[in-house]
Amino acid sequence: MAAFQINDTVDITDVVCPTTFVKAKVALEELDEGQILSIHMNDGEPVQNVPRSIKEEGHKILKLIDNADGTYDLLVQKVGE
Amino acid sequence: MAVDYATLKKGGFMRQKQKNHFSLRLRVVGGNLTAEQLAKIAEVAAQFGDGHVHLTSRQSVEIPFVKLEDIDAVKAALAEGGVEPGVCGPRVRTVTACQGEAICPSGCIDTYALAKELDERYFARELPHKFKFGITGCQNNCLKSEENDLGIKGGIKVQWKKENCIACGVCVKACRSGAITLQDGEITLDESKCNFCGRCCKSCPTEAWDETHGYIVSFGGLFGNSICKGEPIIPFIADHEKLMQLCDAAVQFFADNAKAGERFRFCLERVGFDKFREKMEEVYHGSISDQ
Repeated sequence: MAAFQINDTVDITDVVCPTTFVKAKVALEELDEGQILSIHMNDGEPVQNVPRSIKEEGHKILKLIDNADGTYDLLVQKVGE
Repeated sequence: MAVDYATLKKGGFMRQKQKNHFSLRLRVVGGNLTAEQLAKIAEVAAQFGDGHVHLTSRQSVEIPFVKLEDIDAVKAALAEGGVEPGVCGPRVRTVTACQGEAICPSGCIDTYALAKELDERYFARELPHKFKFGITGCQNNCLKSEENDLGIKGGIKVQWKKENCIACGVCVKACRSGAITLQDGEITLDESKCNFCGRCCKSCPTEAWDETHGYIVSFGGLFGNSICKGEPIIPFIADHEKLMQLCDAAVQFFADNAKAGERFRFCLERVGFDKFREKMEEVYHGSISDQ
């Protein structure tokens, strides 16, 4: 597994849908194209839906990491300005 | 003047409590109206009704307080805006639909195109009792397909494409039926658990699923005085022409077997769901061997 150079992280475990996606989207806007964001999210609804919403925004999903503590980290590469 | 209420009702004029007033039901397909149609409906409601419209439970529009003597004028005025009366009584009713894949990110089929096709094929066809078609684009079932006499739900049958997969694990979590497992870079799909929701392929970042879009059809739903859930017979129908053949056969089965005033569900229960199932399987498998 190639290691990814993470440029920024955002924790969305403290919000619920649809704010989960909004918070992730705002964090992505702070990045430059090609930079990588790690999104820390809860199991359940966020991990079911946030990756797809990020994909539909046109960003590149690299990896979903199971932290084995009921949370996941989604690594996303920003596409477009 | 003798008033033929049966004819009036067929044309969508619903008798009101108020003497000589009718609530005029309009023909709407798949819940869509153009701005031009809406403007004409507004104009007619203001001129011939009491200035309001009612949105029905099945995506139609009714203009209440239309007077008996204005019926012809109302029909003519509506026609100018491309609006026709709907139907009531023992016939194929409004074909309802959600927005489907043309607009909704969750949609798996083009519900509106299918609604138009079914409407053109069956609308107002005389049958022993009312017959309702409803089309929903995906497993979210916003349009409640199983409450219709014939319900159609969009789905996606998937097959893993190893060469595109980056083993990110997103689909494993996106799947709500626990059908997908990932081990040592290999995806396993348990087809017995898959409900064709399409969440795996819609969330996949690398298009690592082959998609076959198709239909999950249920028969005999009711949601009125009696409540029954429509039941599927064939788990997944990928072919559009086969879907149409099954719809034809179901409507014909109802026409041939139901007593006057008997809903499809009760016809199936009386005649035997197994007999209907055999008929549907015959049509479905017959059309495969034709190819």
